[in-house]
Amino acid sequence: MARIGYFPGCSLHGTSREYDESLRALLAAMETSVEEIDDWSCCGASSAHQGGRLLGVALPARNLARAEAQGLAEVLAPCAACYSRLAASRHEMDRDPDLAAKVRLVLAREDFRNGVQVKNLLQVLRDRLTDLKAAVRVPLKDLKVACYYGCLLVRPPEVTGGFDDPEAPSSMEEICRALGATPVAWNRRLDCCGASLSLARSPSVIRLGSTILQDARKAGAEVVVTACPMCHSNLDFRQQAMRHRGALEGEMPVLFLSELAGLALGLPPKVLGLHRHFVPTGSVTSRFAAAAGEVG
Amino acid sequence: MDGEGARPFEPRITAFVCNWCTYTGADLAGTSRLQMAANVRIIRLPCTGRIDPMFIVKAFERGADGVIVSGCHPADCHYNAGNYHARRRFAIFRELVDFLGIDPGRLTFSWVSASEGAKWRDVVNETVDRVRRLGPFTAYRELVTDPPVTRVIGEEVPA
Amino acid sequence: MARIGVFVCHCGENIGRTVDCARVAEALRDLPGVVHSVDYKYMCSDPGQQMVKQAIAEKGLTGVVVAACSPHMHEKTFRRAASGAGLNPFLCEMANIREHCSWIHEDREMATAKAIDIARTLVEKVKRNRPLKTIQIPVTRRALVIGGGIAGIQAALDIADGGREVVLVEKEPSIGGHMSQLSETFPTLDCSQCILTPRMVEVYQHPRIRLYAYSEVESVQGYIGNFRVTIRRKARSVDEDKCNGCGACTQACPNRKVPSEFECGLGKRPAIYVPFPQAVPNLPTIDRSRCLLFLNRAKGRPDTCKKCAEACSKGAIDFDQQDRLVTEEVGAIVVATGYQVYSIGKETGRDDLHGYGEYGYGTLPDVIDGLQFERLASASGPTAGRILRPSDGKEPKRVVFLQCIGSRDPAKGMEYCSKICCMYVAKHTMLYKHKVHDGQATVFYMDIRAAGKGYDEFTRRAIEEEGARYIRGRVSRIWRDGEVLKVQGFDTLSGRPILMDADLVVLATAVRPQPGIEALAQKLNVSYDRHGFINEAHPKLRPVETSTAGVFVAGACQAPRDIPDSVAMASATASKVLGLFASEMLEREPTVAVVNDALCAGCFHCERVCPYGAVEHREVRNRAGQVVRVVAYVNPGVCQGCGTCQATCPSKSVELQGFTDDQVYQQIQALGL
Repeated sequence: MARIGYFPGCSLHGTSREYDESLRALLAAMETSVEEIDDWSCCGASSAHQGGRLLGVALPARNLARAEAQGLAEVLAPCAACYSRLAASRHEMDRDPDLAAKVRLVLAREDFRNGVQVKNLLQVLRDRLTDLKAAVRVPLKDLKVACYYGCLLVRPPEVTGGFDDPEAPSSMEEICRALGATPVAWNRRLDCCGASLSLARSPSVIRLGSTILQDARKAGAEVVVTACPMCHSNLDFRQQAMRHRGALEGEMPVLFLSELAGLALGLPPKVLGLHRHFVPTGSVTSRFAAAAGEVG
Repeated sequence: MDGEGARPFEPRITAFVCNWCTYTGADLAGTSRLQMAANVRIIRLPCTGRIDPMFIVKAFERGADGVIVSGCHPADCHYNAGNYHARRRFAIFRELVDFLGIDPGRLTFSWVSASEGAKWRDVVNETVDRVRRLGPFTAYRELVTDPPVTRVIGEEVPA
Repeated sequence: MARIGVFVCHCGENIGRTVDCARVAEALRDLPGVVHSVDYKYMCSDPGQQMVKQAIAEKGLTGVVVAACSPHMHEKTFRRAASGAGLNPFLCEMANIREHCSWIHEDREMATAKAIDIARTLVEKVKRNRPLKTIQIPVTRRALVIGGGIAGIQAALDIADGGREVVLVEKEPSIGGHMSQLSETFPTLDCSQCILTPRMVEVYQHPRIRLYAYSEVESVQGYIGNFRVTIRRKARSVDEDKCNGCGACTQACPNRKVPSEFECGLGKRPAIYVPFPQAVPNLPTIDRSRCLLFLNRAKGRPDTCKKCAEACSKGAIDFDQQDRLVTEEVGAIVVATGYQVYSIGKETGRDDLHGYGEYGYGTLPDVIDGLQFERLASASGPTAGRILRPSDGKEPKRVVFLQCIGSRDPAKGMEYCSKICCMYVAKHTMLYKHKVHDGQATVFYMDIRAAGKGYDEFTRRAIEEEGARYIRGRVSRIWRDGEVLKVQGFDTLSGRPILMDADLVVLATAVRPQPGIEALAQKLNVSYDRHGFINEAHPKLRPVETSTAGVFVAGACQAPRDIPDSVAMASATASKVLGLFASEMLEREPTVAVVNDALCAGCFHCERVCPYGAVEHREVRNRAGQVVRVVAYVNPGVCQGCGTCQATCPSKSVELQGFTDDQVYQQIQALGL
């Protein structure tokens, strides 16, 4: 059984519980054991790197150092922001030995080699594409999906190591195709969802989110797929407000990539946390869920 | 000029370089006024292909503390392939260096092109630093029976 | 007994500031064999050279060491001076105490000691120098020109008009290059085909030009004055002698859906085709990757379609034609292989070049590149000169041009400026306006670089008279919204984001060298930069020569070039070639290897390592005329003097003149304890 380190971050233990649940179920089904980093701490997203370079690098580095001590070769950070902070921290220390030395000092970890690979869900699934394909039980036939990347999954290339084209990515589409789904060609895959302005400037987030969802619908998508808790919450939770303001008609289910993959692997919707969404996911689960009755 | 007051050990480095890339690169370092350690003496040859490993042994025998061999980058040889022959020759020679009683750290092989004046400076400085740390090379000198001739540069550090 | 003279130069302050030149001269005076040692302010000046000459004459010097600058700087000067005083020039050596000493050290003591050492090694070397004679080698007074674009055409015509034979090799079925694809040219808007076609015909009809179209250089041997070039004449599957160019075969071909290279994929051609009507030579070529007969053969099926052969009244179609190799002897080579435009995301062999996915080039049909726009604007193009967009054939009313796509962008493309884009985009806006009067052309630019005769006036005309809207800024994204393209960008002058509709977007993509240029450069042994552009020998003073003597460079394979630049460079190479061909013999440095017959055991390791194939076998006979041994012989005309043979020889029986083992060991010795 393969083993992968896991950095859930705050979202997956909070507002995006379903992402956490579906991920663990999915990886278990793919015979990969998920090992959470012991005593992990905040990645520092949004604010730490504004407060100073050392803080911005050292906070995520603390988690990387712990992972290294646990003997983990790679760490999955499912949240795009966590991923970005962890990967950026690794990259910065690689690039700047002086900074790395300082970080070791701050962390009191003289032995920290900065050798842990940081991966997001796209990378992890694409690395295992053959296994994933083989594990599909319920191919998502004729399901038109809009793959939504948002800002940080594939950018910036020096931090992501260029695993996918930063401006014309294809990895999520590849994964969805492996699940039997049909990705649509649309325009807003890399647009900003408004991210952390969700509370501070919600009208902006509503405007941005509705543009994204409308474009997905125009392209014929039945579901939007994402791999970021922030994107998910802005697109899922805010739909009611969008409708309220007349920026959106009807509902567009927004699924985490792990949920979609879980469905294709025949996992029950409840296990995947699909009942936790604001926008009902029944339009999708009714077609593919092995036991559709379980959806709440 | 005499031994009064311990002057720091100044290593003697002999460099065998090709005429077209490294010699010209060293010229560029000069034209660009890149300051570097003054311990290296260049012997100009047409190509690294011309460099017989015996030259290196001879240099050590005659009192060099370190040797640099440098030529064109692979695929850039003025003579098409001379540096490839040199590369193969020195890959084997390197294995023998230890056997000859020479610390491999005293030997630098590098590629420095005509446009890499700064790289030449780095090669020179790094080699000088490294050899300085290794100290004087005396293994062969002890075998030579002739009394050493006093040299202008630096001073002997008593072995 | 050696009588060596040492001349230490101050080079004004250049050496004198850090090196105590008088002390160097004094130290050298004591060396055995040195009979004369002086220092002087400027050794290379006329009085300085006179000092050398006078000392040679008066003191009967047998060798001279000038301790001054790099031999690459003034070796020729002092060897000439020595020669003028009756000393063999190869008995004069330079000790480099400027570039290698005074300029790179500050400690006067250390620098002086080093200068003495350097000069000392050269004294030991020069003591063992032997008088040498320059080598005379014959020159084959014919030239090879690689590439039949405008640069190659110009070079070939100039050399041929100068009275020398030219072999012109072009890899495509026709000469003409990119210029033949252009509609009009800046800044005069004269028709490209109209000025180019007569030159192409001239090449074809010139008695001194041998044209190999649809051919590539396979290998190159030899050296300046004596190159031996093997050329692969790719099989056209058409007999050149029989074909009369009637075109019946191309009409008969049933596979008419092949994207045309000449039309940049905007038009179609049959599998047997002539790339464009004015092609030279006017011969059809079968594209074997598209011809039904060859596709069937590849699958082991019988030949079915022979429609072209049936249509040919001359019996010129030859399905069994093979590639042929021909060899040509030439004395000089001109490289004029031109450029390609950066095909975003479709680059082969360069993983790092995949930027600009945000513009949808290759996925959005109405996002095209500049060369494709040339074809749309060309009267002979796929739309017969009407500007129609590829997706639906409608006339675009709003065309947006983006400059610097891949140029000046080290993060996603190339850091250099592609030079021609500012001008051709201005031209495109005018061509567009002339054809679509109610259309609006918008240009996103970083800077306008219009340095050239009439160039700035031209871009001003585009903006002020022809109504092109120029926006300084970059575009961040292009996407499709129904029939229109949405262009999102930023106006950096007004500081405002811009979102505009467009019907057609034209990307001015970067100029890159032709694919395969590195392989060709390696065959020719010329150096190239990291982008693949051929390096000139000196960026200012030797702009059309390369690192290999006898190989010259013209046009856009050296750097992005417009037509006037390419033509000027081509004529410059022609003048260099004709200069080389002015005499029958060429002088060469005598730094060559010589074999000692008495020692050579005939193992021929030297033959195996020689990069030039200069080592030959020579029979040694006894008095009865019987062959007793076979030994190595180095052909001095072929040997370039690298000395690899000497370092390889187990019996040390081959020696490189001027760099003998004895000389090198004595230099090492001179540095020793």
